[in-house]
Amino acid sequence: MTFDTLRSDTKAQMVLGLLSGIVFGFLLQKGGVTEYGVIIGQLLLTDFTVVKVMLSAVLVGMIGVYTLKWMGLANLHYKVGSVGSTIIGGLIFGAGFGILGYCPGTAAGAVGSGAMDAAIGMIGIAIGAGIFARLYPRLNRSILNKGIFPAETIPELVGIRSEVLAVGIVAVLVAGILYLLHAVGL
Amino acid sequence: MIEWFTAATWSPYIVGAGIGVLIWTAFLLSDRPLGCSTAYAKTAGMVETAVSREKAETMPYYQKFTPTIDWQWMLIIGILIGAFISAYISGTFSLLIVPPVFAEGFGIDPLLRAGVALIGGILMGLGARWAGGCTSGHGISGTLQLSLASWIAAICFFIGGIVVAGLIYGFPFI
Repeated sequence: MTFDTLRSDTKAQMVLGLLSGIVFGFLLQKGGVTEYGVIIGQLLLTDFTVVKVMLSAVLVGMIGVYTLKWMGLANLHYKVGSVGSTIIGGLIFGAGFGILGYCPGTAAGAVGSGAMDAAIGMIGIAIGAGIFARLYPRLNRSILNKGIFPAETIPELVGIRSEVLAVGIVAVLVAGILYLLHAVGL
Repeated sequence: MIEWFTAATWSPYIVGAGIGVLIWTAFLLSDRPLGCSTAYAKTAGMVETAVSREKAETMPYYQKFTPTIDWQWMLIIGILIGAFISAYISGTFSLLIVPPVFAEGFGIDPLLRAGVALIGGILMGLGARWAGGCTSGHGISGTLQLSLASWIAAICFFIGGIVVAGLIYGFPFI
């Protein structure tokens, strides 16, 4: 593949990571989602900016990434989850989300916007990740592989064989939710 | 055109679409999804390595996620710079420790906010690595690939967040 050389060039990838981050941070800040009040507003269901940003990204990203895949230019990257890993980890993350009021990406953006509490939050996230790394051998033996999900993807779960059809259905659903949010004025 | 870049905020739909396009480039040029929490695990690994290289090298998690500066780590540095550029050129950059919404509820004590942010951050870092991703890795990059685990993770992020934010601030919808 033409992109193989670029993809395995460590230095070029560091530059690309930096550039992607600059664009990502710029967009997050312009979207207002680097603000504590906007994220807490989403979790209190009074401000739907975060969900609007996420679903718009999913809609546009999905169509492009699958198109690249169908053209043979991209590989998908996902793993099967489990009750012990995805659900328990997701709920712990959610609790942290509600207390911190930023997420790992938007915290960095918040620091760039001047919010120093987000810098403390970033230190906390690194400590939390370090605690997980210490616990990992024990958790991996005991809980992480409990209740492995029956499918890797949603189309696989519901039995849709055609990727084009699955992407089409999800695109319509996501666009529908975005339209509804807009229509009811949230 | 210039006015557009210096505007304080953009429509969330435009911002989301922009992030979507950014994810195309990550898949195409770097063969990876856009995720933020791995960088924090790598940072923790760098600290472990600085304390004891021998011990860090024997830890299975850091064999999976090597404590090196790479695409994912540079992404976080980039986010900080990109957000600063956006805030600076639109004149919205302001140094603060206690966000206004937090101050309204709990006062302006910076130590209280710092303590709360540290505890929230620790839970978030633990949960992100436990679930294998965060709001961007699972919530956007994973869901757009129609990954079942990512959709369930994203739903759990919001369930946990809505319950805890409601317990802290009161549930406005009850």
